Amino acid sequence: MATIKLDAKVPEGPIGEKWTKYKSSVPLVNPANKRSLEIIVVGTGLAGSSAAASLAEMGYKVKTFCFQDSPRRAHSIAAQGGINAAKNYQNDGDSTYRLFYDTIKGGDYRAREGNVHRLAEVSANIIDQCVAQGVPFARDYGGMLRNRSFGGTQVQRTFYAAGQTGQQLLLGAYSALERQIGKGSVVNYSRHEMLDVVKIDGKARGIIARNLITGELERHFGHAVLLCTGGYGNVFYLSTNAMGSNVTAAWKAHKQGALFANPCFTQIHPTCIPVSGDHQSKLTLMSESLRNDGRIWVPKQKDDKRAANDIPEEERDYYLERRYPAFGNLVPRDIASRAAKERCDAGYGVGATKMAVYLDFKSNLINKYGRAEATKLGIENPDLDTLIRLGKEVVKEEYGNLFDMYKQITGEDPYEVPMMIYPAVHYTMGGVWVDYNLMTTVPGLYCLGEANFSDHGANRLGASALMQGLSDGYFVIPYTIGAYLSAEIKTKAIPTDHEAFVEAEKSTRERIEKLINIKGKQSPESFHKRLGKIMWEKCGMARSEKGLKEAIAEIQALKKEFWSDLRVLGDIDGFNPELDKAGRVADFIELGELMCVDALDRNESCGGHFREEYQEDGGEAMRDDENYMYVSAWEHKGESQWELHKEELKYENIKIAQRNYK
Amino acid sequence: MTINLKVWKQKNAKTSGNLETYKVDHVSPDMSFLEMFDVLNEQLVQDNKEPIAFDHDCREGICGMCSMYINGQPHGPLEGVTTCQLHMRTFNDGDTIVVEPWRSKAFPVIKDLVVDRSAFDRIIASGGFVSVNTGNAQDANNLAIGKDKADMAFAAAACIGCGACVAACKNASAMLFVSAKVSQLALLPQGQPERESRALNMVAQMDAEGFGACTNTGACAAECPKEISLDNIARLNREFLGASISSTSV
Repeated sequence: MATIKLDAKVPEGPIGEKWTKYKSSVPLVNPANKRSLEIIVVGTGLAGSSAAASLAEMGYKVKTFCFQDSPRRAHSIAAQGGINAAKNYQNDGDSTYRLFYDTIKGGDYRAREGNVHRLAEVSANIIDQCVAQGVPFARDYGGMLRNRSFGGTQVQRTFYAAGQTGQQLLLGAYSALERQIGKGSVVNYSRHEMLDVVKIDGKARGIIARNLITGELERHFGHAVLLCTGGYGNVFYLSTNAMGSNVTAAWKAHKQGALFANPCFTQIHPTCIPVSGDHQSKLTLMSESLRNDGRIWVPKQKDDKRAANDIPEEERDYYLERRYPAFGNLVPRDIASRAAKERCDAGYGVGATKMAVYLDFKSNLINKYGRAEATKLGIENPDLDTLIRLGKEVVKEEYGNLFDMYKQITGEDPYEVPMMIYPAVHYTMGGVWVDYNLMTTVPGLYCLGEANFSDHGANRLGASALMQGLSDGYFVIPYTIGAYLSAEIKTKAIPTDHEAFVEAEKSTRERIEKLINIKGKQSPESFHKRLGKIMWEKCGMARSEKGLKEAIAEIQALKKEFWSDLRVLGDIDGFNPELDKAGRVADFIELGELMCVDALDRNESCGGHFREEYQEDGGEAMRDDENYMYVSAWEHKGESQWELHKEELKYENIKIAQRNYK
Repeated sequence: MTINLKVWKQKNAKTSGNLETYKVDHVSPDMSFLEMFDVLNEQLVQDNKEPIAFDHDCREGICGMCSMYINGQPHGPLEGVTTCQLHMRTFNDGDTIVVEPWRSKAFPVIKDLVVDRSAFDRIIASGGFVSVNTGNAQDANNLAIGKDKADMAFAAAACIGCGACVAACKNASAMLFVSAKVSQLALLPQGQPERESRALNMVAQMDAEGFGACTNTGACAAECPKEISLDNIARLNREFLGASISSTSV
């Protein structure tokens, strides 16, 4: 194979004109030709549903695939706090440039300028589109849309629907998708899992999918294939991802020649409900939006045994407000997470495990909302009970479902006592490498949403994941896919008895048979747990050369054990979640190794990637722009072998500086 | 705690099923109901027995995938809670818990506790949307929507499509599900142009899928994990009647 040369294909010209110029010069496909061009969309979250619906509206023939029982279940549904857009509805100085700037800075200068600026440009259109679909965003009494703040910004640009914004946006995209399914322009395949990309003459021409009900392998042709399959946070076993979230589709693409970029850039979210025991199957996020009104603190005294409400104000350490006065509780996620870890490691943690900090609403509930409501109602000198009662009503409206969820999981009422929170794996900035067109290094194979690497650098800002998923699906791919498909109008649909399909199906079948025939003693779940433990301890919030080297050896040993002692019960030709899980864990093990390889290569600390050897005296991350201002794109070369390709990052519109939130 | 379980086992849609008895020891009160099933399944694998198949995904109460009929109630005894958010502290040491799949002709069993809910997708495809193509939208604030209407629409839109309403209903009616979507869009200006056809088409599709009729017992709203109000069914009835009377196709 010829050596891969990375070309990001970012259009020439001033940053503010690149996308406009691109749109008016990209080749188009005429309506008659669109009808004979077929597109496969794998995954039906925000990116997949919005892409599939938009492409079908344009006239392409689309097939969608999801492993869940309905496209509406994709994990985008669980996003809580909101979606950013540079609307400047609050008249607080927001602009496209500011959103662009905040995103690049928040990502610690490891994202591509061209892509990020485009994201900021289309952000406003997303809100318009969603409102037109009937998405019920929060509104003021006058009927206008409301906004709130998220970390890493000093404006209010986040649109929201209580604590379930992802649900409302996904249901909007899902309804647009179902409308096309009803019209017959999209055919959806639920409970189907993509298990390979089929390449013909170097181009992606289809997929092998397994029908998870019958176990049958199916061949599907497409002129182009879009992977919208989400992130790989579940490599850590415990994360805020859904149980089914996996890397399999992206990993199969990687093994077929798609480069995997910045795999070690993972986001540890600061505000999650702490682990309660060994039985824990997943972790639950408490939205970043809570940091608008919640103050984070630990006792000033080590090992303080008093209940939170008994610790007086002057004995509390509001460590984020102390260390970062300019941004306070709204510093970016990577910084807030490390600060929590630092306090807990130093012995100031709270709760039974001492691995938690408080997120406290009382002062804003009483002083901000309670007082404002009392003034509104004309109550003079309100007593504390009145303030609490009034404040509670407002807080309930803003975050009600989150407070209920917290109570359900922990058995404690966060209106009465502070929440206890600790960082947890939440999102992966790394992913399949794509160019400006969102095309991978395999022609005809695209990657959208969290599954790609493109927009968030080394740390994603809150409320930007929804923005990116919908930007890619609604507003980017409908244009950029034309650049490729306009040259494919003469390609007739390739029959799926083509030898490439036969071969891909055969190797997929052999792998499944291998998994089920090991007949060892340990469940897929138990291997997943062990992998997660290695990853969290050695490639989690803090990494070191020594730890990463150990992790690589441990993962290789785990892989050997997996392939010789795995036990998958049940049938190969029927509904079998154990078998599905086994395949996903096998891919996670391989990915885990690459993540450690990548983390080991990056001898600097930036964003979510914190190498213990590279920190300043105060514990702040020490970035190395001279040697590491590039995207690490890894090419698969065989078992445990990868070749590094570098995409140099150039900043022409932003002055690079050390991130400062003080 | 020790928990005794009677769980529905069924190989596939073609075979008949039966309740099987299991015992799970060392259950922590902090476990979720599904984590107790994880423990049981791990135990079954160790005993070389096939694990119990059940649907679940986000485990945060929002995806709508989990669907267990627990002691005669969809999602178990607590109000406003999905199975995944039900924790074992709700039960007592030594309890016997009966777990079945959703039971409805329109939701055929795939295996054990897993059912096919694609009928809901087809109902949405018949009209649960606003026909607006990507790129056609005006500025979002050109459309002022009163807060009361927006809040009511949101409350209806909070439906997670889990199907508990159908499972709770003695007629296996899907009225609460259908009414939630019809209400959301009927309350908003964006939904007006297709208001009549939406109500008619979604009800027609619901009937075609084999869901039963509504007799206003209110079991659906009582069991709904997202507490979707029965008012929505009243609104759907008004929408449907109004549309039937004024419809040009009549």
